[in-house]
Parts: sequence; C-alpha cells; structure tokens
Amino acid sequence: MIQAKRFNWKILVNIVLIAIVIIWAIPIIGLFISSFRTQSEVLNSGWWTIFKGKGKLTLDNYKRVLGGSAYTFIDSAGKTVRASGDNLSRAFINSFTVTIPSVVIPLLIASAAAFGFAWMEFPGRKFFFTAVVALLVVPLQIALIPILRDYQKLGLTGSYLGVWLAHTGFGLPLGVYLLYNYISTIPKDIFESAFLDGARPMVVFALLVLPLSVPAIASLAIFQFLWVWNDLLVALIFLGGTSEVAVLTQRLANMVGSRGQDWHLLTSGAFIVMVVPLVVFFSLQRYFVQGLMAGSVKG
Amino acid sequence: MKKVDESGSNSLISTSAVAFGRVAISILIPLIAFVVLWGGFIFLRDSNASQGVIAVVAIIWGVGGIALLFWVADYIVNKAPLNVAQKLQPFVFVGPALVILTWYLFLPTMRSLYLSFFDASSKNFVGLANYIYAFTDSKMLEAFGNNLLWIVLGTGGSVGFGLIIALLADRSNFEKVFKSIIFTPMAISFVGAGVIWRFIYAYKPMGEDQVGLLNAIVTFFGAEPKAWFTLQPWNNIFLVIILIWLQTGYAMVIISAALKGVPSAIIEAGRIDGASEFRVIRSIIIPYIFSTIVTVSTTIIILSLKIFDIVFTMTNGNYGTEVIASMQYKQMFRFYNYGRGSAIAIVLVIAVIPVMWYNLHQFRKREVF
Repeated sequence: MIQAKRFNWKILVNIVLIAIVIIWAIPIIGLFISSFRTQSEVLNSGWWTIFKGKGKLTLDNYKRVLGGSAYTFIDSAGKTVRASGDNLSRAFINSFTVTIPSVVIPLLIASAAAFGFAWMEFPGRKFFFTAVVALLVVPLQIALIPILRDYQKLGLTGSYLGVWLAHTGFGLPLGVYLLYNYISTIPKDIFESAFLDGARPMVVFALLVLPLSVPAIASLAIFQFLWVWNDLLVALIFLGGTSEVAVLTQRLANMVGSRGQDWHLLTSGAFIVMVVPLVVFFSLQRYFVQGLMAGSVKG
Repeated sequence: MKKVDESGSNSLISTSAVAFGRVAISILIPLIAFVVLWGGFIFLRDSNASQGVIAVVAIIWGVGGIALLFWVADYIVNKAPLNVAQKLQPFVFVGPALVILTWYLFLPTMRSLYLSFFDASSKNFVGLANYIYAFTDSKMLEAFGNNLLWIVLGTGGSVGFGLIIALLADRSNFEKVFKSIIFTPMAISFVGAGVIWRFIYAYKPMGEDQVGLLNAIVTFFGAEPKAWFTLQPWNNIFLVIILIWLQTGYAMVIISAALKGVPSAIIEAGRIDGASEFRVIRSIIIPYIFSTIVTVSTTIIILSLKIFDIVFTMTNGNYGTEVIASMQYKQMFRFYNYGRGSAIAIVLVIAVIPVMWYNLHQFRKREVF
C-alpha cells in the first residue's frame, strides 16, 4: 500500500513540474521558432502556427545578423534588397573583453574584502561592513554622471579599463555581501591552526580561503557574468556607442531602435546574445550543487 | 614565540649591505609593478593592434594587474615593523574594496544628497522642495504604489515559485532538466526579455491574426483581444510577471543548494515520527533554510526596488506603470532636473535601509558578526 501511494505521489510531482516547466519555456520557444521565420511571417502570424504546418523555416535571420559584409535577400514583395549585415561577431569579442575582467576583478577584490571583514580585527570593522552592505541599495544611475566626469579628466572614457572598474564598483557590494555570508561560516579552527603555524594572512587567503570558497565564488561569478554580459547602460555610457567597441547588448538595442519593425532580426539577435551565458551557466552549474547556499546555512 | 625568535636571529645575521639591498628591492618591486601596469594602460588606450590582440592583452593586464597589486601591497606591508604590519594587514584586504566603493558609489551618493537640496540646474538652494515633490507629486505616488506591488508580487512570486520548484525538483526524477529550464531566463538580458515577451503580449485589432500568444488564446475563446500594456492597473502585474519569470531561477538555484545542506538524518527522523511530507517541509526544512530565504528575498527586494529596465523597455512608464527608478531616470536624463532626480535617488536609498537593517540583525543572530 505505502509503496503504491509513494509511487503516485512521485508521478504527481513530475506532472506538476512538467506543467510549470512548459509554462516557463513557452516564451523562449516562441523566440526560438520566430528566429527562423521570415519577416512577413513574423509580423503577420503567430509563431505557433508553425505547428499547423504553415510557413517555412530559414536561416536567413542568423546569416544577416552575424554576417559582416553586405548581404542580399528577397523581401516580402519579391524584390531583391541589399542590406548591410550586423556583424555581431565583432561585438562578440568586445563582449568577452568587457566581461571576463569585469567578473574576475570584482571577485578577487570582493573575496579579499569578505575575508578581511570576516576574519580580521581592525577598528571600524562593523562600520565599514555595514557601509559596504548599505551601498547595495544605491541605484547605479546615481553614479553615472559623476564617474563619467572623472573619466573624462583621467582619459578613461571609451577604454576597457573604465568599464571594468565601473562594473567592479557596481558589483562589489553584492559580491562582498554574498562572499561574507559564505566565508564567515568557514570553521574557525582551520584559520587558527594556519595562523599558529605562522602563515601570513595573504597566504591563508590565497591557499585556504579561495579554494574553500570555490562554490560561492563560482556561483557569484555566474551572476556577475550574467549581469555584465546582459548590461546595456554601463557599456553605453562608459564605452561609447561606436561599432568598434560596442558590445552585444548595445548592438541588439540598436537593432530595436533603428528598426523596430525588424522583429525577425531581433529574434535571432536576442537568441545569439543568450547562448554564451547559458553555456557559462551550464558549465559552472555543478558548483551550485556542491553547496552554494551563499553560506547562509549554519551547519 | 617562535616568530619572534626567528626575526631576532634574522636581524643578527643581516649586514648593512643586505639591509640596503632589501630597501632597494622593496622600493624597486612596487616601482616595477607600477611601470608594468602603466605601460599596459597606455598600450590599451592608444594601441592600434588588431582587436583580438587587444582583447587578450586587456584581459591578461586587467586580471593579472589586480593580483599583482594585491601581492605588492602585501609585500610592502610585510616590510614594515611587525606591530605596524599587523595594523595595516586588514586594510590590504578590505582597502581596495573600500577605495573603489568610495569612488563609485559613496561619493556619488553624497553628491546626490547635496544636489537634492538644490534646484534643477544645481545653482539655487531650495531646501526640502525636491523631497516635498518626491512625496506629494501624483506621478511619484503612483510610482511608490507600483514599486510596492513590484516588491510584494515580484519577490513573493520569485521566492515562492523558487521554493516550490526547488522542493518539487528535489523529489522528482529529472531534477537537473527541470532546474535548467527554469533557470534559463536568468541568462537573458532585459533587452532580450523585452523582445521575447512581445511575442506573448503583442496586440492586434480584432479580426487580424494575433501575433501575441496571450491574445491568440483570448480570441480563441471568443473574447476581444486586449492591449495588455494599457490595461490599468493590471498592466503592472503583466510587467511583474516578466520579473518573476526572470528571477525564479535565481531563487530556485540558491534555495535548492540550501535544501541539499539539510541533514537527511533530521528529515528521516521527522518522517519516522509520522510527520506528513508537508509537515516535514513546514517544520523542519523551511526553518533550516530560513536564512537562505532571507538572503534570496533581500536581493530580489532590492532588485524590485531598483527595477528599471523592464518598465523602460516595455511601457516607458506610461499607462500608470511608472516606478521610482524610471522617475529618477526621467528627471535626470530627460528633464535634466538634477535636484529632483537626486532627491528621488536618495529616497530610493532610504527605502532599502529597513531591509538591510533586518539583514544585519539576522547576521547578529547567527553570531557571525
């Protein structure tokens, strides 16, 4: 009896989950299918009509969005049109150049700070930590104009360094907050024995704290990566809008702006922008399971 | 004790020549580090090398540079006398974060606080006029109401769904697949989400083929299609749904990780005592992961308070969907009213203080702070 009851229970759980997952996936499926449809079909019929066998699928949207050089296609009226491609490949490299240091730099600085706050005694410790966490609430729009003025004086506008530092500044409060949660729960004994052996704090940090915090750091890395990769505002203001340095989101936003009716191109563009963060997430995913919980479970 | 002995014998051995060499090195190392970093900076700023090369150099320079700075700072501090070094040591760790945060967030906030007492052009002192505007203007009151809705529905929805899905997935056969799909929206930019959700909410007049899924369903059942974003006050809820869709994955992933940390012995003990599954969840699991739920809720509450992109790309704050951050943006970058824009920003900062206070309180309870 009990066996049978448990079995039914499990089926029910799976069915409920499948229902939720389908609801969650529908918007993405819609985008995915739309990205293979032609302009007139995207504008005039729902993407689900494809399941009724209407319309055909094409790779043209992707070719146009990724291709760098001019590109010819046949429009809805049957005329051959030449249009310049969007050359997202270049924006791809730009996005990586902006994103990788913008993830690693704040992670290094935040984990060092979290270690300092959690395990070192110094005057003003509580005050400074409270201040750092309080800065979580500051909307970054506040900082844009003052920082831009500083950058103009320093010659940092349009440089990668400027964007990295900006992302570092804006990402640090959350980074320190989450890593503090984690690092503060590392058992005291581990440090005490290391300090007793005469290890310098920097050595303890590099050889003990960093490796022990890998799950927390990895999960924070994912969030910072997603944030930077998907950011539009910071890149737009500090990097400038020239196509030489523009990142993917800028190009995508331009596509929205310059041709709001070209939904068919937006779909493939949006999909391309999504791919990298998904790959990053699924490759780092196992660290979550190893026990992220941002240290908030005190064992 | 051992440490003192060592340094004592060291100082006996070291001759003046060695001491001189040490001083020279301790000046030289920071100097070299500085030259390397500065050279890299100039190269990156002015170079015409191919983009791939610049990208690689930029990444190595940026990441390596920070590690180098930490190492050099530690090196210098350890050259100092022991008692001084011990005092300085913590600041090697927290210093960089404090400096950057002061520059990027603290000073701009102070500057905004100052400007919030001045008029649009930041010239004439106006006292509290901007704050009176912030708390009495009808658009602002609308924004406050909407933000409250965002916080309650957005956070409640994301954390609630996240918790339910995490609990269910833990008991299902295909945990990884389910969790991956729920998480996927997290990877999508707000710009991308805007494109995606247009295919759900899009509106076309009666009679035409609907492109938006929601209206297609509505017309299928014979009702008239609706322009969802102009449908007050429900349009706010349609926007919040996008946030829930985006953020549930985040809540789920963290809560799910915490669930794995609940010792199975406690759960089994509850089950053996005859507790139903719901009872086990309510009385054992939820209390155990409560601090995780607080952390997740905090981050999403703050996100909802600062919510901007979704509103900005979907409705631009029209049709009664204005939120505090979109009001701030408009005052700052559209009307160039720095006084009002700054005052609204300060109000936003103040609004989050209770949340953070509660968090620090939780820290103290756990005796980690």
